[in-house]
Amino acid sequence: MTLVNAIVQGIFLGAFYAVLACGLSIMFGVMRIINLAHGDIAVFGAYVAFVVVEHTGASAFVAFAVALPLMLVLGYILQVTVLERSLKAGVLTPLLATFGLSIVIQNLLLIAFSPDVRSLGPAAGLLTTASWHATSELSFSALGVVLLTVAIVVFGALQLFLSRTRAGWAMRATAEDADAAELVGIDSRSVYARATAIAVAIAALGGLFLAIRSVFDPISGPTQLIFAFEAVVIGGMGSLWGTLLGGIALGLAQTLGAEIQPQFAVLAGHLLFLAVLVVRFGGARLTLRVAR
Amino acid sequence: MTLLKVEGLDCRYGLFQAVRGVSFEVAQGEIVALIGANGAGKTTLLRAIAGAHRPHAGNVTFDGEDMTRVPAHQRVARGIALVPEGRRLFPTLTVEENLRVAAAGNRRGRWNVQAVLDAFPLVQARRHMPAATLSGGEQQAVAIGRALMSNPRLLLLDEVSLGLAPVVVDAVYKFLAKVISEGATVVLVEQDLTRALRVAGRVICLLEGRVVLQGEARSLDRDRVVNAYFGLRSPSARGEPR
Repeated sequence: MTLVNAIVQGIFLGAFYAVLACGLSIMFGVMRIINLAHGDIAVFGAYVAFVVVEHTGASAFVAFAVALPLMLVLGYILQVTVLERSLKAGVLTPLLATFGLSIVIQNLLLIAFSPDVRSLGPAAGLLTTASWHATSELSFSALGVVLLTVAIVVFGALQLFLSRTRAGWAMRATAEDADAAELVGIDSRSVYARATAIAVAIAALGGLFLAIRSVFDPISGPTQLIFAFEAVVIGGMGSLWGTLLGGIALGLAQTLGAEIQPQFAVLAGHLLFLAVLVVRFGGARLTLRVAR
Repeated sequence: MTLLKVEGLDCRYGLFQAVRGVSFEVAQGEIVALIGANGAGKTTLLRAIAGAHRPHAGNVTFDGEDMTRVPAHQRVARGIALVPEGRRLFPTLTVEENLRVAAAGNRRGRWNVQAVLDAFPLVQARRHMPAATLSGGEQQAVAIGRALMSNPRLLLLDEVSLGLAPVVVDAVYKFLAKVISEGATVVLVEQDLTRALRVAGRVICLLEGRVVLQGEARSLDRDRVVNAYFGLRSPSARGEPR
């Protein structure tokens, strides 16, 4: 039964990683940008919600509803001011630009909020602590269930958007061939900006859940980026449903790893990530290089 | 009435000059064939007219409006559509999605998804299949249909017969003849000289980025065209009468 419990908790944890990774996956899928500031953007979103909670005493979810439009606008602005220019300069430049952005965000947060550790757990009310004990060893936390539901809703809504709406087709068309998309009348700049806006907003949602389920500080971003990145790679880069599955696989690896040895949890996730890398991206080449 | 005017167009890829000072005009309802060997600058010229390549110098005027700084997607809305070389469909989008996504310009006219599918009965059955699963001929039909979705006033066709079986090429051209007979203005790039001379009213021959010969398709004799095409000495230089 502890194994079943570990699997259930792994799926809940994985849903969190999937939400965190979703925006990273979108930006890579549509623009081939690996956004190294993704984790910091998530944390930034958490701080926006935190400020709203501090000033109004509202619940964390109401605070996020306030933060959401702001994050959408910030994402749009980020694309047209920084990323669009860096995309023109080649493959490496967006990587450097987002790395720089990551440092800028961390330091701005440090200045504004000090290095103190914060949490939105208290602002989420009962959700943080409520749980349903099926047996003495199997429990379903309210937060876990909410996370899984949110993950399925977010990925399902994106799937519907991409497969059923004109704007979604335009986004897929631009992702597949931006040049041809322009030639059939699609404004690729605006498609890119919309993609980044969505990605940043969902990153903030990931940040919100990070803040509710544990704690965060101005330099929490890079750790979250690593988990998000691993989820994207495990699921197959550029595949949306793959990212959901990748996140869950990562969560499962961590909770099952913890069953073996509590300290082994995070390492088990990294090992899964490495295994996927070796299998998918030419293990043969890797060994050859080592042999030489 | 002049629909398209290209003046002193210069296109470069880094240091390489693909199009050098090309000027020509296309009147409403005209069919113009651009011919020339590989690397003569035909594709670049079409892409510059469509807005997909930013020219180094020169102007493109469409219906009296300077288009030189207008981005490609806005030119579609004004009525310029390019069927790119290699078809370039969106592979994971279905046939219908490929067509619908191209209606973004919102230009009204005779073409819509149903009209395009009716025009290509073969494609009709594949309307919900991803474009990548179609045969070359079917893909070409969808690519032309996709360009027509914006109800263009000027249709640019880049090597629509490339890589297709002769029977399929015939079918594609039979369809184009129908579009043309409805009064479309067309600039097409075609490797098959015989076909180009048969379809087009006027022929422009490019060599190393320059216009070396142009005239009414009927008045040009094949030898002169072939010589211009390959950059051989012109017939007049050999002492023959012009």
